[in-house]
Amino acid sequence: MPFIPHTDTDISEMLATIGAGDIEDLFDEIPKSLRVGGLSAVPEGMTEQEISRLMMERAEADGRPLCFMGAGAYDHHIPAAVWQITTRGEFYSAYTPYQAEASQGTLQLIYEYQTMMAGLTGLDVSNASLYDGASALAEAALMAVRGNRKSKSRRILVPTTVHPVYRKTTRTIVDNQGIELVEVPYCSDGGNTVPDSLTHFEGEDITAVVVQHPNFFGILEEVDALTDWAHRQGALVIAIVNPTSLALLKPPGKWGENGADIACGEGQPLGVPLAAGGPYFGFMCCKQALVRQMPGRIVGRTIDRDGRDGFTLTLQAREQHIRRSKATSNICTNQGLLVTAATIYMSLLGAEGLARVARACHANTRALVAKLTENEYIEPLFKRPCFHETALRFSLPLADVMRPLYAHNLLPGYDLSADYPELGNALLVCATETRTAADIELYADHLNRVISAQTVAGCPVKPKMA
Amino acid sequence: MLIFEQSRQGRRAQAQAPENVDESGDIPGDLLREEPPLMPEVSEMQAVRHYTRLSQKNFSIDTQFYPLGSCTMKYNPRACNSLAMLPGFLARHPYAPAAMGQGFLACMFELQEMLKDVTGMPAVSLTPAAGAQGEFTGVAMIRAYHDARGDSERIEILVPDAAHGTNPATATMCGYKVREIPTDRQGDVDLAALREAVGPKTAGIMLTNPSTLGVFERRIEEIAAVIHDAGGLLYYDGANLNAILGKVRPGDMGFDVIHMNLHKTFSTPHGGGGPGAGPVGVSKRLEPFLPVPIVGFDGDEYYWITEDVRPQSIGRLSAFMGNAGVLMRAYIYARMLGSEGMHRVADFATLNANYLMVRLAQAGFDLAFPERRATHEFIVTLKRQQKELGITAMDFAKRLLDYNMHAPTTYFPLLVPECLLIEPTETEGKEDLDAFVEAMVQIQKEAETSPELLREAPHTQPVRRLDEVRAAKQLDLAWTGTVT
Repeated sequence: MPFIPHTDTDISEMLATIGAGDIEDLFDEIPKSLRVGGLSAVPEGMTEQEISRLMMERAEADGRPLCFMGAGAYDHHIPAAVWQITTRGEFYSAYTPYQAEASQGTLQLIYEYQTMMAGLTGLDVSNASLYDGASALAEAALMAVRGNRKSKSRRILVPTTVHPVYRKTTRTIVDNQGIELVEVPYCSDGGNTVPDSLTHFEGEDITAVVVQHPNFFGILEEVDALTDWAHRQGALVIAIVNPTSLALLKPPGKWGENGADIACGEGQPLGVPLAAGGPYFGFMCCKQALVRQMPGRIVGRTIDRDGRDGFTLTLQAREQHIRRSKATSNICTNQGLLVTAATIYMSLLGAEGLARVARACHANTRALVAKLTENEYIEPLFKRPCFHETALRFSLPLADVMRPLYAHNLLPGYDLSADYPELGNALLVCATETRTAADIELYADHLNRVISAQTVAGCPVKPKMA
Repeated sequence: MLIFEQSRQGRRAQAQAPENVDESGDIPGDLLREEPPLMPEVSEMQAVRHYTRLSQKNFSIDTQFYPLGSCTMKYNPRACNSLAMLPGFLARHPYAPAAMGQGFLACMFELQEMLKDVTGMPAVSLTPAAGAQGEFTGVAMIRAYHDARGDSERIEILVPDAAHGTNPATATMCGYKVREIPTDRQGDVDLAALREAVGPKTAGIMLTNPSTLGVFERRIEEIAAVIHDAGGLLYYDGANLNAILGKVRPGDMGFDVIHMNLHKTFSTPHGGGGPGAGPVGVSKRLEPFLPVPIVGFDGDEYYWITEDVRPQSIGRLSAFMGNAGVLMRAYIYARMLGSEGMHRVADFATLNANYLMVRLAQAGFDLAFPERRATHEFIVTLKRQQKELGITAMDFAKRLLDYNMHAPTTYFPLLVPECLLIEPTETEGKEDLDAFVEAMVQIQKEAETSPELLREAPHTQPVRRLDEVRAAKQLDLAWTGTVT
């Protein structure tokens, strides 16, 4: 019996204490008609040795492709210490720190995390994290509606340069609450949201404006102008930011005259492996004035009976276990383990280390773009500068190019055509600090070979059937 | 001491960053950061030592008995972690093509199949990131179902008064009004009150079974009939699935939609408050509304089922497919248990709870529902101790920490005064349970002879009781000093 310690003697002594004949008797309050006979889709149990073999085979089969894909999840180096400490049993197998005295480790760590995130975003306070970047945007939208008391419209402007799935997720979550998400088109030349394109909203009641920076295309937005415009309309500004970029880029708290009001985003770049998309964590920071509207766990420093510093969950009056149907959100976890990893990651890198990573990502992506666009069928799609990913336009069918690259165990990038059909054959590429000059060279070589096999004398042709 | 207070300007973990590229490329100057952010400046060893020491200030399953009711703090098998973290799985980019992730997708597909089987629900989506998101998903699907039928008069969700706080919070998030249903003296839903409350406005009911009172809702079939006859749907909160795994299936009880907490029943780690995973299962009529992506299998290859072929789906809940790594751990756990192991979880969780309940009752503690069987958990009420000795459930809970045991859940459910909700789980042995009884007996004696020991507890932890009022009034949520 895996993970059950009972000996036969234990079982009979325990049943005797209870006064039951056998374990089945303990289920006598459940109507007989409801009892299940057996399970058909669950196979026989496996030993650790057997399951290890199966999982190793499957992991091996998935390969470990050379990754030039970003689109919201980034392949960064993770120091060995990060996950060795994070998976210590005392972090790994602890519960939400309700019993503060017996959870000071987790609580202090979250306080340190909150400090680092507030510093990184240039805002006053951070919560203890949310599920992921996309759901963090949904929570930020709800928070803005609660926080902007002057606005009655519940209208939020969301540029189409915001990650398409973040927009979908937000719609799923806020749909039933009378919130209107209004899409704002991007400039096909620069790949950004042009502040002038907002002028026709002037004078209207707008609750909040979302700005993703760098945006989904990797392009840097005109954050100062967008922020100031939104504030002139009485709207709050919700920033979606990449935490790595913030070592280099002006933080949301400094955008425009008064700074963004809420910043959120995907925390994965801070020490969390790609791992098929999760678990990651969403972060959220805001100005002090909005703290009581923030969803999720928040840790505060206080004192104990002897006057010593200690840490505890605070502002719990916002939360579901106190407020029930009037809570700020139904959320009752943070992504504790991922926050643990991120905090250790940031401690190991420091501001200087993170800035080096950010600069290396930027330089590598520029090198990648320069190298790939040497091919006559490829050119940069947008004119404005990027952080660590950008879109390339191919003058031949993208799917035909990508398939053979997969066969070389290479992830060439994210195909934009499903989300942005108007862009044609557009590929979003990314090179983090983990991609070397040789990796970039290899990508270019494979790509050039694939393209030349599909073209004759400068004319794209359909590849011959094998 | 905070990591920032150990920092020295200019110190860093030299091995942990690439060589400096001394330029910021083509990023315009007005977009660059002027001041570096506040971050620790420590060596690698300092960081390792600091966070290792912090970990040692935590209680955890790996170090203590953790009978936290409603949370299912069972052993988290180490193999689940190490196998989910195999390099081939960690390297998978979420948007990599399905063809390059057949091993991963096979695990996800088989997990879907196993979860369908143990819950008796014909369709499953794994994507909700936690129990609360699973709840949201469930109620959003109920709403989508009624809306799709043009049945928009249904504006109320019924919730028993014993329910977890997420239930009413979720109903509100989905635009519903919450109507509370009282509980009778035996801990069952008050059927008369339920019949009174249902009607054309009823969209559905959210139920936990076994309920948060630690007892099985015996008239569940009648409840299902009352709700279905009124045109409503039944939502099953899977918080207590551990009690009935492999014994009874929510689908057979008449539920239309269920969420599971894999971090409870399927033993994925709680991680100090997450990540969880809250997959949902539904009846046939709700299948079109399931959130995407879902993993499909054509007999040859695994593939993604997305909104293209599920136009009625409520949509996406996260950027990718939720907490994939948590799902992997649950998959590995389920495969190790196998079909026989599933019902043994319920058997031994129930045996442990009933044994502990009987022993505590024999030792003089008052049970909230003395006539009932315990399920996987049960409630002790300290109302008498509070009245006679001025000792609260909180005092008992804090004193237990001094006995090196985590406290049970206190003050939940709200219905039972001075309650301890106790869930030992199946992975604890008899001697651990006996030790808990001895500690409780000892604390009861202390309550009678030296109550200050309890009121001042804990005495052995890194800190004593904290000033929570001060924490909320004089907010200190981030360190504001400077590194020297």
